[in-house]
Amino acid sequence: MIFLTRRATFSASHYYWNPAWTEEKNQQVFGRCANRNGHGHNYTLEVTLAGEPDPMTGFVVDLKWLKDVIEREVLAAWDHRHLNLEVPEFAATIPTTENIAIAAWKRLEPSVIQAGGAQLSRVRVYETPEIFAEYRGEA
Amino acid sequence: MIAHFGRRYTISASHRLHTDALSAEANRATYGKCNNPHDHGHNYVVEVLVAGAVDPETGMVINMAALDDVVRARIVERFDHANLNLDSLFANRVPTTENLSSAVFALLKDALSAGKLERVRVEETENNFFECVE
Repeated sequence: MIFLTRRATFSASHYYWNPAWTEEKNQQVFGRCANRNGHGHNYTLEVTLAGEPDPMTGFVVDLKWLKDVIEREVLAAWDHRHLNLEVPEFAATIPTTENIAIAAWKRLEPSVIQAGGAQLSRVRVYETPEIFAEYRGEA
Repeated sequence: MIAHFGRRYTISASHRLHTDALSAEANRATYGKCNNPHDHGHNYVVEVLVAGAVDPETGMVINMAALDDVVRARIVERFDHANLNLDSLFANRVPTTENLSSAVFALLKDALSAGKLERVRVEETENNFFECVE
């Protein structure tokens, strides 16, 4: 089994806010991330697929294809956007790094399944070089 | 849903790889430059990976501020700008980065406010790293 990873970057703004909580509780739990004017990051998205190399091409998947899938399914919707205000999956879900990783998985998985062959293995999202979250499709 | 939250911390520390179980010559042969009696140091990166269910109220596996508090109290304050050989954890263990990663894992394992410690990675330099899992 070979694991192949493609990296992409996007820049977006967000804030953390649970509308069921008071302002005080939001500030207490989320700190500066609860500033309702938002703030932003340069995110790095790492998409890992697992599979066997095709005996003819030697590819697990064509990296250009994977690049196009990431751009079409994720970057087109998220890059230079406000995640809370402009991205439907975060209308009622807080765009934490964990939830961003899960949402990226959900956006990518149908295209990977449709292509057949390699399987989506892991999605990792770096919010900064020191902070990341990953999702491996676990329920 | 089970997701993973990762956080990287930097500690600068010195050490010397040496064991009294070997002769001076054997220590030099085994550890090379790392056996220098005057020690040497690294900027270590400690990467902590926590697995757990995403809390629907917070969207988090673990609150980063709480994780930072634990790692700073147990790891950074203990090892940053310190000589690893003088730490009690390395009184009878050579402070290789293998042993440092397992020491960090043991110090954090039961201290997290949420989730489960899945993996500790310690990067000694940009070109080598060591990982400890349960």
